[in-house]
Formats: sequence, C-alpha cells, structure tokens
Amino acid sequence: MKKITNSDKLVKFYYVACVVLGVAVAAVAVWYLQKLLVPKYQRGVVEGAMISEYYDSEEPHEVIFLGDCEVYENISTVALYRDYGISSYIRGSAQQLTWHSYYLLEDTLRYETPEVVVFNVLALKYGEPQSESYNRMTLDGMAWSLSKWNAIEASMTGDEHMIDYVFPILRYHSRWNELTQTDFDHVFERDRVTTNGYYMRTDVMPEGEFPAPTPLTDYTLPESSMEYLQRIVDLCRENDIELILIKAPTLYPHWYEQWDEQVRDFADQNGVPYINYIYLRDAIGLDMSTDTYDAGLHLNLSGAEKFADYIGEYLVSHYDLTDYRQVPEVASLWENDILFYDQLRDAQNAELAQYGELQSWGVNAIEN
Amino acid sequence: MLFTSLPFVLFVAVLVVVYYVFVPHNERWGLLLIASLAFYFFADPKYIIFITVTALTAYVFAILTENYNSKRKAYLKEHKAEWDADTKKRYKTTTTRVTRLLLFFALLISLGILAVTKYTNFVIETINSMRSEPLSFVNVIVPMGISFYTFQTVSYSIDVARGTVKAQRNFWKFLLFVSFFPQLVQGPISRYGDLSQTLYEPKLFDFRGVSYGLLRILWGYFKKLVVADRLVVALKTLTASPDEYKGAFVFVVMMLYAAQLYCDFTGGIDITIGIAQMLGVTVKENFDLPYFSKNIKEYWNRWHITMGTWFTDYIFYPLSVSPTMLKLSKWSRQHLGNEVGKRVTVYISCFCVWLATGIWHGAAWHFVVWGLMNFVVIMASQELEPLYAKFHGKFGFKGRHWYSALEILRTFLLMSSLKLFDCYRNVGLTFRMFGSMFTTFNAGKLFGGALLELGLDRGDYIVASVAIVAVFLVSLYKYIRGVNLRDFLFEKYPLFVLSCVLLFVSIVVFGAYGAGFDAAQFIYNQF
Repeated sequence: MKKITNSDKLVKFYYVACVVLGVAVAAVAVWYLQKLLVPKYQRGVVEGAMISEYYDSEEPHEVIFLGDCEVYENISTVALYRDYGISSYIRGSAQQLTWHSYYLLEDTLRYETPEVVVFNVLALKYGEPQSESYNRMTLDGMAWSLSKWNAIEASMTGDEHMIDYVFPILRYHSRWNELTQTDFDHVFERDRVTTNGYYMRTDVMPEGEFPAPTPLTDYTLPESSMEYLQRIVDLCRENDIELILIKAPTLYPHWYEQWDEQVRDFADQNGVPYINYIYLRDAIGLDMSTDTYDAGLHLNLSGAEKFADYIGEYLVSHYDLTDYRQVPEVASLWENDILFYDQLRDAQNAELAQYGELQSWGVNAIEN
Repeated sequence: MLFTSLPFVLFVAVLVVVYYVFVPHNERWGLLLIASLAFYFFADPKYIIFITVTALTAYVFAILTENYNSKRKAYLKEHKAEWDADTKKRYKTTTTRVTRLLLFFALLISLGILAVTKYTNFVIETINSMRSEPLSFVNVIVPMGISFYTFQTVSYSIDVARGTVKAQRNFWKFLLFVSFFPQLVQGPISRYGDLSQTLYEPKLFDFRGVSYGLLRILWGYFKKLVVADRLVVALKTLTASPDEYKGAFVFVVMMLYAAQLYCDFTGGIDITIGIAQMLGVTVKENFDLPYFSKNIKEYWNRWHITMGTWFTDYIFYPLSVSPTMLKLSKWSRQHLGNEVGKRVTVYISCFCVWLATGIWHGAAWHFVVWGLMNFVVIMASQELEPLYAKFHGKFGFKGRHWYSALEILRTFLLMSSLKLFDCYRNVGLTFRMFGSMFTTFNAGKLFGGALLELGLDRGDYIVASVAIVAVFLVSLYKYIRGVNLRDFLFEKYPLFVLSCVLLFVSIVVFGAYGAGFDAAQFIYNQF
C-alpha cells in the first residue's frame, strides 16, 4: 500500500480548501443576491413590508389586532396610545386570510402574550387561498418557525411550492431584470412603513357610490375559515387572552347580513363579543366625505383616529389594560413611534399642499 | 422527474452521497439499478413493465444465442476432422439460420413494442389522410426514452449474435445497462461493450471524476436553463403565427432554433455525462463541436454521434453487404457501368438509413421528410465533390482560415435550414416559410421593435447573447487547442472552483425556470 506523504496531505488540503472556499463563496453570493432580488415593498405597494416590522417593535403590546386592510388602514395605534395609553400592534397585511391571522397569532405568542386580541371578520368570506402575491406579502415577512411553515402549507395556491418560500431566490430570481434603486438601497435595511402596524394616509377622497351587492347562491361562510376562527378562539382561551370579533365600519367589500348573523351566532356560542361597527358609524363620528382617502374603501388618518378613539374607549372600559403613558420605559419607546407618526403625517400633508395629491405614497409611488 | 426539476437535483445529490458514503464500492452498481428503477418508477410506474419486458427479451435471447453458438462451435470442433468442407459449410449455414432466427425473435419483440407504442397513431393518421372515414386513434403509452433503450437492447442482441460481446448472465446487471437513469431520457445510445465494463466495475471515489462531473452538470444546466429555455419562449411565438412572422423572421427562427436545439440537446447530454462521471461511469460523448463542421457529412459525424454510429453499424453496413444488395451491386455495375453501378447500393443503403433516422426522431411526416432532405443534401454534396475539388485546385482556397470559416458558415446555415422542419412541424408550411425568406423583404421590421414582442425583453436577449458567446468561446477553445477547457481549469483548481461558482450563480439568477417560464422538457425526451 502506498504510503501517504506530507506532500500528499498538503495537496489534499489544497483541494479541500478550494472546495470549501468555493461552497462558502457560492453560499454568500446566493444569500446576497436573494436579499437583493426579493421585493422590498418600500414604495407604492408597501403592504409586503408590514409583517416583518413587528419583530423590530420593542415595546410590549397588550392589544393585538389581526386582519386585513380593514384594520391596518382603519385603526391608528398612536391614537390608542395617545388617548388611552394602550400599547397595541396591528398584525395585518393585504388580503390577510383567516389562517394567516391564526398563524400570525401563534407567531406573536412566541414573543409576548397580549391581554386582548381583536380580529376583524371580513376575511372569513375566503375559504380558499386567493393569490400568490397576497400570500407572499403576509408570509415572506414572518420569521421562520413552525407557525410560518404551517401558514405556508395552509396558504399555497396550486402553482406555489414550499421550496420557493424556503429559498425565495427561486421565486424572485427573474427580478434581476426589473431591479430599481430601491432594491439596492434596501438590501440589508428597510425603511419603516407603518406605526405599530398602522398604515397612514392623510389624503381625502369622499365616499362614493358602491356597486349594489351581488346576490350569492350560498351565504354560508366557508368551513375552513370558520375552523380557523375556532382555532383562534381556542388559542386565545388557552393563553387567557380576551378575544373580540369586529367588523370595521367600511361598507365595501359588502358585508352581507347573513354573514353577520353567522358570526354573531358563532360569537354567542363561544362567549366572545362581536361588534359590527358598520352600524356605529355615526357613534364613531365618521364623516365619510372627509374621513376616507379612497372613496370609502379605507379610512384616512382622520377617520382612523376617530375609530381608534371609539374602539379605545371600549377597550379601556371593558378590560384591565395598563396605561403605558405612566410607564416611563415604555412611554419613551412610544415617543419614538409618535415622532415617526407625526413626521409621516407632516410629510404627507406637505406633499398634499404642494401637489394636491400624494406622490410618494400609494399608487403614484409604485415603481415600474 | 424532469432533469431541470429540483426533486431531480436532490435525487442526484442524495444518490451521490449515499453511493460513496454508505455503499461498499463493489456493490455500487446495485444502488445504480435501484436508483434507475426509482427514477423510472416516479416518471410512471407503468413504464417499468415496458422496459422490463424489453430487457428480459434481450437478456433471454442473448443467453439462448450464446449457448447455442457455444454448442455449435464445440460440435464443429468435435467433428472437424471427420467432416469435409461441404458438410462443414452446410452445418454452418443451418446453424447460422437458427442464430438469425433467435435474433429475429429478439428484435421482433423489442422493435415491436417500440413500433406499437410510438408509431401506431402515426400509421392511423397516415391511413386517415387517405380515407374518407377516419379510423379512431388508440390510447397507447409511449414509455419515456423507449427509442433509446430499445436501440441499446437491439445493438446488444446483434452484438451477442455476432459474437462481439459476451452475453450478460446476471439479469439485474443487464437491467442496469438498459435502464441506467442518466442516459435513459435522451441518450447517448450506449453499446453494451462500451458501457458494461464501466458500469459494473467496483468504483472508488475519484476526486477528479467527481469534480469534472459537477462542472459538466453545471455547464449542462447553464446551456439548458439560461439559453435553451429562454429562447423557446420567442420560438413558440414565432412559429405559432407563421403568417405574421415570414421573411426575415424565418431567418431569426433558424438562428434561434439552431442555438436552442444545440443548447437543449448538448446541455442534456452534459448533465447525463456529468452525473455518470460523478458516479464513476464513463458514458460515450455524443457531440464533438458539430457547428464547426465544414460539410454535412462531417456534421453528422459530430452531432448525435452515438445515433449516427448506431445506424451505420446496424443498418448501413448490414444492408450494404446483404446478399440482395451484393446481387444488386453486381447487376447495376454490369448494366449501368462501374461508376454509376457502384453508387446504387450505397445510395439505397444511405436512403434507408436516413429514412430510419427521420422515423426514429418522431412519428410524423415532417421528420421523415427532414431525414430524406438530409439524404438528398449528403448525396448532392458527394456528387459535387469532384467539382469542389476542381474549384479548390484552381483557386487554392482550401485550407485557408477564411475559406474554412466560410465552409463552416455554409454548413451551419444548411443544417439550420433543415431544422426548420422541426420548428414548423409541417412539410408544406416549412417549404413556404423557407421560400418566404427570399420573397418577403421585411428585415426592417426586426429592428423596429418586433423582436421585443416575442416574449423576450432586452435583458433576456442580452443574457442569451452573452451565454451563447460563452458557449461559443468554450467550443472555440476546444476547436483550436484540441482539449477541453475543463482540463486547463482543473490544473488551476481555484479557477475550476470559481467556474463552478459562477455557473451555479448564473443558473440560479438567469435560468429560465419557475414562475413566468414553463419548465420545458428536453427536446430529445420525446424520442
């Protein structure tokens, strides 16, 4: 048998070192390119950046809102704090489905246990995964955990694959052709797009006429979404969390009477409150000629602050919540949030004054 | 499991690790068999039945043939002294008939399965085109890679009958030869004599082989995913609306298809050979710079080499030296003169080869016509050979670099125009489109933004062009130096590793896969 000399060992080491270095270089290159190629959601469509912002929020949250645009555009978390000392966070994103909300609650419980969870019921009408782009906006921002894995499994449409979520570069590699300056600027750091999950708009477009509701052949809310609602109830119960079901005060998409009855029955059976704010628009003080920015689909800052004021009153009168304005270490964290909130408001108002419309937010800011 | 799918990549990666880490080196062929059958099973469990029947047929008849041949040789030896020449000749003739009969049955079953599965509907379609009452098509499975593995078993049966290879007595080993998964889908068409040794011998981990294999696989994926699958988008648009894309667009189709087919087919073969190499198995090369050929004959010696040699060895030669052909040769020399007479049998054999080549490529008339067009062009260039020689002698261009480049360009254009049959998949349409290049003058449209309406944007064209230049330069290196670039790179190992990294990253980022792209099958999967 040939004796292995030191020279042989050196040659072997040389080759192995080259291979190891090569694997490392390939891994770093792919890691960087993945970061570069995934959408950043920094301008225009910012909804995809909302979910991940939660992990940067340092203050404790006694109230967690779950839902779609009916919560993240309609409830000002800063108003809740400023008026009532409620420290809250909205874990919501575009067309967030019921199972998204369930797994986001599971995910939230890995970090903190809130006193109250508020779930907006509009998404109950969806019993099937809807579209990849909305899935992505919710799921890509979630931190990796079993909850994320399960959320992906529950959400994938027919053309999606788990591997594309694990390695997003496989899904987004073809974006090399459409990279913008924003992509290069935000490879490692993202700009903040919400204040504790609230997406602000200060512009105004009065509520218009909505199309008449289309009669449905079957008004039964889908079994799958109701099942996940039950799981939300159970999860809250297991963790001694008070759950409130709400329907935001916006009228479109249409919320059918029959759906309302089913949710009310469900709430009664499970002993949780259900408040349909559509019927309380006057009590909230909403003036839909000034409190919406997109003809009534969502509230603007004025409307979101009014709604927060109303819902905050309910929260402090029904639950034993801490007034965090009196807790200095939390209050100082909130000061930063308020500063961001005020600066954002001022920046939007300045643009409105200059152009008559927002240029850096919403549809005008979408990068092509 | 497509070669370009992630499950396939994982399948190969796991196999290589298990192969070298957990399986003793002399048992590794067994794992290859299991992996091959698993690969085939995942494609469709029913395929296993077809491949097993074909393999079993060749296996049994080969043993019967070999046993019979041994016995007759022994018998002949035993009676050598007592028999006169006539008796020996009679005995040989009779026993050869038995051998041929065994071979006939082996080929009948193997080729019968191929014919029924692949060509039944083609025959029905052809009959229907001549009848007013059409026959209905039959629902038959076309097992993946049936043309490839059938040709392998046919060559094995013939080689055993000829006595050039020994019959394999271990069925599982033989089944591995037939089903070896990297080459099952798109070739090359391996011969038992070439593959058996490397397939069954104990395999030790060979660092160089594994490195070469990996680079080759990455190169294959680069060609397939970055070039071929990107260009296919534009080609589909161009050929789907032939009335819209005539004239100069047909030339674009020619160029794009030449690049797409080359990168698709050679990319697939690179992946095949690379996987085999990583597993310590040497598979024959199937391409040798075909686009650097100076004439069509040379082209066919460099393109799909294993298919070409298969047709030469198992159709052309046997046909040329068959008693009927020899008689015909004699007759034609007597009646047509020596010059013409000697060509007759060659041309008939050649015609049969190209007819078979066309049919092998697909059960459709455009393939048949494509095959015969190749025959016509080869024969014409052969007939014009004296004229060329005269021309070369007079002007002395032959051998000059610029003239060689011109010859290469001429051959490339000629072969690319023949490939139009495969693009348009209709004989009449192909001729019409080819003709439109000379009657419709619309080259201006190409530069008026029409190319950007074919499904590819500026970036896609840039990526495809850069990748094609890279493929060309690697080929040019081999053409000029006579060795592969990977040999040079391996000597400078950091460069070798860097090449792997660059290829890997390029494939991941610039590959035409995932959402927005159809995962295109390799073109030769269908054969």
